[in-house]
Amino acid sequence: MNIKNIVTGAVAMGVLAASGAAHADVTLNALFMAQAAYSEENIRDMTAQFEAANPGIKVNAELVPYEALHDKIVLSQSANGYDVVLYDVVWPAEFAQYQLLEDVSSRIDDKTRAGVLDGAWTTVKYDGAFYGMPWIADTKFLFYNTEMLKEAGFDAPPATWEELKTQAKAIKDKGIVEYPLVWSWSQSEAAICDYTTILSGMGGQFLDADGKPAFNSGGGLDALEYMVSTLDDGLTNPNSREYLEEDVRRVFSSGQAAFALNWGYMYNLANDPAESQVAGNVGIAPAPGTDGVSKASAVNGSMGLGIPTKSDHKEEAWKYIEFLTSEKVQDKFAKLSLPVWEASYSNPDVIKGQEPFVEAAKTSLAVMAPRPTMASYQEASAALQEALQNAMLGASTPKEALDEAAETISDMQ
Amino acid sequence: MISQRKTVTAWLLLTPMIVIILGVSGYPLIKTIYYSLTGAKLIAPDLTSVWVGLDNYVRALSSGKFLEAIWHTTYFAVISVGAEMVIGVLVALLLNEAFAGRTVLRAMLILPLALPTVVNAMMWRLVYNPDFGALNALLVQIGMLDAYRSWLGDPASALDMVILADVWKNFPLVALIALAALQTVPKDLYEAATLDGAGVWNRFWRITLPAIMGPLSVALVLRTIEAFKVFDIIYVMTRGGPASSTKTVSFYVYQEAFAYMRVGSGASYALIVVLISSCLIAGYMYLIRKQGEV
Repeated sequence: MNIKNIVTGAVAMGVLAASGAAHADVTLNALFMAQAAYSEENIRDMTAQFEAANPGIKVNAELVPYEALHDKIVLSQSANGYDVVLYDVVWPAEFAQYQLLEDVSSRIDDKTRAGVLDGAWTTVKYDGAFYGMPWIADTKFLFYNTEMLKEAGFDAPPATWEELKTQAKAIKDKGIVEYPLVWSWSQSEAAICDYTTILSGMGGQFLDADGKPAFNSGGGLDALEYMVSTLDDGLTNPNSREYLEEDVRRVFSSGQAAFALNWGYMYNLANDPAESQVAGNVGIAPAPGTDGVSKASAVNGSMGLGIPTKSDHKEEAWKYIEFLTSEKVQDKFAKLSLPVWEASYSNPDVIKGQEPFVEAAKTSLAVMAPRPTMASYQEASAALQEALQNAMLGASTPKEALDEAAETISDMQ
Repeated sequence: MISQRKTVTAWLLLTPMIVIILGVSGYPLIKTIYYSLTGAKLIAPDLTSVWVGLDNYVRALSSGKFLEAIWHTTYFAVISVGAEMVIGVLVALLLNEAFAGRTVLRAMLILPLALPTVVNAMMWRLVYNPDFGALNALLVQIGMLDAYRSWLGDPASALDMVILADVWKNFPLVALIALAALQTVPKDLYEAATLDGAGVWNRFWRITLPAIMGPLSVALVLRTIEAFKVFDIIYVMTRGGPASSTKTVSFYVYQEAFAYMRVGSGASYALIVVLISSCLIAGYMYLIRKQGEV
């Protein structure tokens, strides 16, 4: 082989390598949650469909528990980790302050703006800018075991929190089940979501007009006192204090509770004979209200998909987000998480087989109460979680516990 | 002249290692010390690092919650390491005797140690489960408990339960080290002592324990340092709950620096922990050296 051949060969290889690089697949790293709403299987299926429709884009989907989601998003900033992240409605204030997420306002067209529920938009909006697309429109619902209610002589789920206690007491007294109520009250965000639901139904407020903590009086105090009283009366399963959402689903699905507060995803799972012993007896209703104050209670537990500012593949990432949040895909996977699109709620394909779920969602999604919008939300939430635990474990009275949390949060501001 | 050249060569040969050590631990340490004197935030540490002097330290040491976390950590370290030492030595003594099945038992001893901490933590969470946990089933069936109870949801028992899980995983390390040391103790010492009329108890205190004390101290130091920085088992089993009763100092630092993103105060907490660990290590070094002299 002479020199010329070698040179020609080398050049040819170089050209080949270069053209290869131009056609190289883009791999997106996406971060999701494995806890409620869409199941891992749903996310894998959606992603496979996206990859099939978009040759050249591969998606590496990672699922973590909700508890790890926030820290992963924040920490991956320095490592240039993800191109698409799922985030909770309570984080945009903080993310916007530190410019963690791309402002995608210009990418969202008018049709989308008009088509998606207003409540869902609040998930990704902060200070007038859009930091992604809402994907999960969710809130906590009151689930009930229809057979147990019938046995105790009730033909409708409770309309007020007091009535819930009355029904639970009757069920306990008749010996139908030892602890009629089950909740996710571990030291976690899940407990804050339950607390917010009750707080909103009792007319409470997290922060007053000046942004100072106001949850330690009025409805906020009533809510915690209510929670503690159900424990004292033996109506709430005492293990609720260490439960997350999946524990609530397990206890309810095994027929050990008459009522449970949980996200919408539980409806179809609790009605699935492969997952549940109470399939066919599962009722769903908006969480109750309070006489003269509210008709129903709900917490905004929606989540959105955004693009971290450090991502190198923003175009491809947006394509993936558009696909996942599209009406078509959401309608197809509407069993565990209802779509964010208004039109979906009158689409027969979505409603079919889960009429009570959609019906309850219509009421609940309209009254969703926000958790406080503050940049130091994580810390405020941790202080409140500790207060709830202290009161529920009897280490302090609800008033003392909330006063202490209010003081901690004021110091933070 | 020659010795000077030798010194230069020695330093030259050591240079790469020194550079690496300074790079991977010296620089981060200095940076941490610097951050601990500032109000740096994790997102943009260099933009937000306002000099605050010793404020972070003052706040840390006057914070009831931080001191509480130090107390949880101390409790965890003392009880878990203490239990591991006692159980480890007892098991080593047993496995040092000749009996049928000894080899199988010795092999089984490795198993807990071979489990990743996270797997161990998940496993014990199932054992402690308030609804279907094996511990509840066992205690109820043998009549020691009337009804299933919550082990990790009760602040009075949660930390002890985490300690039990940690002891189960880590006592084999102590047992292995003690077993190795036991095999170096000459048999004739025991024979002589027995002839002199020393009982079992006396032989253990006067012969066995002094003979294995050296290796055992190493195990003690290693386990104490590990126990003092405990994080993973807490993160998986309780995440600091219930009512923050299992929040150890490492978990506290993690929250401060990575969840609340305050690198500045997080760094100051971390350095306080380092200081405490250093004191412990110095104490042990002193003890070990003193034994060497005897």
